[in-house]
Amino acid sequence: MQQKYIGKAISRVDGPAKVTGTAKYAAEYNVPDLHYGYVVNSTIANGEIEKINLTKAAMVDGVVKIYTHENRPSTAWLSLNYADMDAPPGKPFVPMHNNKVVYNGQPIAMVVAKSFEVARYAASLITVEYKADKSDTDLVANLQNARDPKKGLASFLKPPPPKPKGNAAKAYEAAPLKAGGSFYHGVEHHNPMEPFATTVVYEDKDKLKIYDKTQGSVNTQMYVANVFGLKFKDVRVLSPFVGGAFGSGLRPQYQLFLSVMAALDMQCNVRLTLNRHQMFTFGHRPATLQNTFYGADADGKLQSIQHESVAETSTYEDYTEIVVNWANMIYPSPNVNLQYKLAPLNMASPMDMRAPGGATGMHPVEITIDELAHQAGMDPVEFRLLNYTDEDETTGKPYSSKELKECFKQAAEKFGWAKRNPQPRSMRRGHKLVGWGMATGIWEAMQVPTRAEAILTADGKLTVRSATADFGTGTYTVMAQIAADAMGMSLDNVTFELGDSDMPFAPISGGSFTAASCGTAVQAACLGLKKKLLKKAQSTNAEYKSVNLDDIAFVDGQLQPTNSAVKPIAYTDLAAASKNKQIASKNMGWPQMMKQRKYTRAAHSAIFAEVEVDEDFGVVKVTRLVSAIAAGKILNPKTARSQILGGMVWGISKALREESVMDHRIGRFMNTNLGEYHTPVNADIHQLDVIFVEEDDQIVNDLGIKGIGEIGLVGVPPAIANAIFHATGKRVRNLPIKLNDLM
Amino acid sequence: MNNFTYIAADTPKQAANIISQNPDAAFIAGGTNLIDLMKENIAKPNQLIDLNKIPGLDEITELPDAGLRLGALARNADTAYHPLVQERYPLLADAILAGASAQLRNMATNGGNLLQRTRCYYFYDIATPCNKREPGSGCAAYDGYNRMNAILGSSEHCVAVFPSDMCVALAALNATVNVSGATGERQIPFNEFHRLPGDTPQLDNNLQHGEIITSIDLPPGGLNKNYSYLKLRDRTSYAFALVSIATAFELKDGLIVDARIALGGVAHKPWRVTEAEEFLKNKQPAKESFTQAATLILKGAVGLKHNAFKIELAKRAIVRNCLTALNPDK
Amino acid sequence: MKSEPQVINNEHDKLPAALAPELDIVLRVNGHDRTITVRPWVTLLDALRGRLDLTGTKKGCDHGQCGACTVLVNGKRINSCLTLAVMQTGNDITTIEGIAQDGMHPMQQAFIDHDAFQCGYCTPGQICSAIGMLNEGHAHTRGDVQELMSGNLCRCGAYTNIVDAIMEVKEAQGNE
Repeated sequence: MQQKYIGKAISRVDGPAKVTGTAKYAAEYNVPDLHYGYVVNSTIANGEIEKINLTKAAMVDGVVKIYTHENRPSTAWLSLNYADMDAPPGKPFVPMHNNKVVYNGQPIAMVVAKSFEVARYAASLITVEYKADKSDTDLVANLQNARDPKKGLASFLKPPPPKPKGNAAKAYEAAPLKAGGSFYHGVEHHNPMEPFATTVVYEDKDKLKIYDKTQGSVNTQMYVANVFGLKFKDVRVLSPFVGGAFGSGLRPQYQLFLSVMAALDMQCNVRLTLNRHQMFTFGHRPATLQNTFYGADADGKLQSIQHESVAETSTYEDYTEIVVNWANMIYPSPNVNLQYKLAPLNMASPMDMRAPGGATGMHPVEITIDELAHQAGMDPVEFRLLNYTDEDETTGKPYSSKELKECFKQAAEKFGWAKRNPQPRSMRRGHKLVGWGMATGIWEAMQVPTRAEAILTADGKLTVRSATADFGTGTYTVMAQIAADAMGMSLDNVTFELGDSDMPFAPISGGSFTAASCGTAVQAACLGLKKKLLKKAQSTNAEYKSVNLDDIAFVDGQLQPTNSAVKPIAYTDLAAASKNKQIASKNMGWPQMMKQRKYTRAAHSAIFAEVEVDEDFGVVKVTRLVSAIAAGKILNPKTARSQILGGMVWGISKALREESVMDHRIGRFMNTNLGEYHTPVNADIHQLDVIFVEEDDQIVNDLGIKGIGEIGLVGVPPAIANAIFHATGKRVRNLPIKLNDLM
Repeated sequence: MNNFTYIAADTPKQAANIISQNPDAAFIAGGTNLIDLMKENIAKPNQLIDLNKIPGLDEITELPDAGLRLGALARNADTAYHPLVQERYPLLADAILAGASAQLRNMATNGGNLLQRTRCYYFYDIATPCNKREPGSGCAAYDGYNRMNAILGSSEHCVAVFPSDMCVALAALNATVNVSGATGERQIPFNEFHRLPGDTPQLDNNLQHGEIITSIDLPPGGLNKNYSYLKLRDRTSYAFALVSIATAFELKDGLIVDARIALGGVAHKPWRVTEAEEFLKNKQPAKESFTQAATLILKGAVGLKHNAFKIELAKRAIVRNCLTALNPDK
Repeated sequence: MKSEPQVINNEHDKLPAALAPELDIVLRVNGHDRTITVRPWVTLLDALRGRLDLTGTKKGCDHGQCGACTVLVNGKRINSCLTLAVMQTGNDITTIEGIAQDGMHPMQQAFIDHDAFQCGYCTPGQICSAIGMLNEGHAHTRGDVQELMSGNLCRCGAYTNIVDAIMEVKEAQGNE
């Protein structure tokens, strides 16, 4: 295939809609006769609702209906019906199911009114009486309840840790070099800029059109159909634009359930938008406590890896992520013991948040390695090269490709690492201590079956569609590039459509697997289309009868047979001669399972960080980050660079800024707003350099794509923490690192 | 947000008359804090009296004594960038620009800045007790998450801090608040404007219901040679202070003849300690003296579970900021 | 606007009073006078998005903490979530839909060229804020731009590209 667009820095095709404000998000469809919902949330974490007083609220002019557990219409009985594509083992939360409160902030009532303001006002008049039970929300205080996670469907993509190898405890005791410690990070919330919202258009009895904020329109469709007993074909879900998600859109949130419930019950159009406080009342990155004990021989070769982790989950689902598996995937060691447990708390179920597990688990790994390197008196890069592997020891499989060494080399060079004085506190600028640190990142390259359809019309336009999502990820753009190249057409004539459950099936979009999965589907659909074009040519043009697909170049909008005696035919002619003046093909893009299974497939990164730490105040400024990424084929270096930059900003945020602070006396998050839940502002972000290292991988998929949504974040927090150690001599293991940790 | 009516006032007197008849009414100017509080169901006025249409209150004018009068309705940004403020009171300009965001500073007024309410997490969450929001309900912050709370001048009833940056500079500059009410006009020295919580934490300041701030006067001598505003916070911009400091000196013949040090983010009002400022007078500016002054300023400071670090942070910040004030251009 | 003050009696233990009457107001938005009927509790943001169907202005936090709702009022940028529609009569309001005379404003083009956004939700606010900032004339260096754009959060992390885009427009303006 000729690659005219793949690999080129092309501006986002959805850019004009976004910069002019014409891109519409879920809460922006102002359909007629719209009713507005507003949710009331619980103020206790565990217990029962004894009474909800609705009298005042009901009297407000414009209030149409108020729902609570006492009057809500019945929905599906079986827990199974509430399980979405990303549901962990357990029983999914059902809003207003009964009078039980299982977490603070749980939705317990909803006002539906003729205006947003009336609904909001009436909701403020509702008072609730509870019978509160003791609530446990502090992970560290509940370690005694830690246990093995339950297994379920989700375990397929998130395997439990491998069995222990050798005798890690003994090897650790015997090792001349030892490092490790206890690492804790609290809860983080996704906080995409767009709050969760659903606009339900009631089209007919039991027939809905739903604009939802989701990372999977089919996931929403399936959930609504299963929960409310509707036919799939009568539920159409649209999400053409999603204002950020970072994993929060992988599961249906409660505004979907409540707005659909009200629309069906009241037989009208309903919109429900969550406010910013309510963005803290569902999934989150779980608080996690980790301990590492690593041992190395006198030369610095790892002899023992022990990594144990306890993460928080809810009382009703066992949310898991891969936290402890990473160490032995990138560092070989004869003795390994990895443990992962969950402690159920009176909180909402955690959920996937950008680089789930990877960002969590690689932090202790990369800090512990840095400590060992320091003890061994070795440069951190050299130490990693000494303990380098081309094989994933947790599975015994080789990597399909791994250009991590090249990442180290290119990033170190760009950063100027060679000039580093290994001594902590050896550099300063005025009052600022300067430190240089580095770390490695890894994220598995995954692929899931996805369908796409390619439609060629007689006007020379190609439309390719799949029910996948673009929440800033660049899917619109890169899929159009793949299709244009596959069909040998100008990008101007190619449109990719997504975010509509009526389109060919795509699973939820996450885990960095969308480009590989949907890209493969787009290629499959284009291949199908080529076959149909040839078939059409053969039926209309005798000289094509003996021409095989392999003997044709599909370029410049034409079939160009290699045999120059056969005349080229324009796609437009073939489409014009077809029914409805178009030719279409719908195909599934399958992972190459037979090829893939023999390998571990992963993207890698090397991150180098420079920090300045004020010697009196402990204020940290990340002055420079260089990230070199080996992630297979980069479809569009412009949008890909942005993805990585975003990951780096998330890394800075995770290292130094964000944390949802809970008052454990009441099990309630206290900084549930964007003024006090600190994500970086513009002035926090300085020089960021991204390098894409060339990496050819024929195993992951035909296009060689590994995915880049998560890898940009993994490794950034430990690189910053290691730089802070180098600046100050102080090893801070908990996140986020605050100025008072360094005073 | 609750249900309210709206009226725009034409004169301060008219505004005062309207509000004197309605204990549940509130004035609105920039709205940046009040509308936020209304959305949180913390402020529930049944009537808003819009002051923005009152002519003349948004001006910044020179006073006969070479001081400056800042209209209460002048926007924070217009004040900070005003040539006379920049020239004569650069400490004030720097403090204003260290607060909030450019958008908020374009809307927020000078009068409103004095009246903004605390950012204590518990004051803002109506599901928790708070003596400031609901007198007698208790202080949840005292034993709660209190990183942002007070280390000075607090009481068992309230450990909230006053969040303004602008007011820290106004305190240091000995400003005066001009107030108009139904019974006439009066002047309140800046350091007497805000209150300590004591057992009436619901009262942030000494303004009476129905009184309007019409302007703020700055005395002549803006200490525009040796000054510095320092703000320490959990992100580089757009965050409230853990500790902020306005420092200004007048130096003569190598000696400090006037010293002003006001702290923000540490108490229920901008914090000044006369004893420390007197201590510095007639001394040569030196790190050792500044360290002693810092100790005097933090005398009696009490750290809570999550904010004890602020005591040492404040001391170090005072010393650093005094040194910076000696060479403000560096 | 009525001149006689009206008072609602909603003392705490009493049942809710009748809602404040709706008012007919005229907002000048993007050069056009638009009449809408709103109660006083409607913010400028909700008036734009709901009543005038100008959904380019975004609601990210509704508390002045994210900047997604930034619009220009008389050329200056403000958070439209923290002002009431009834307070904005007589002002000249410009939203993302009105910043370009024809085609695209240079700031919009620069945002596309520098890939200064990903999900696009903060983008209209960033662009209005950037235009407002250049109007205000206090941003002289890259550092100034970073500080003066800190009222606009971008969760996707496009900050460096946003500053690149703004610097390009700023430099082009300076060379005119």
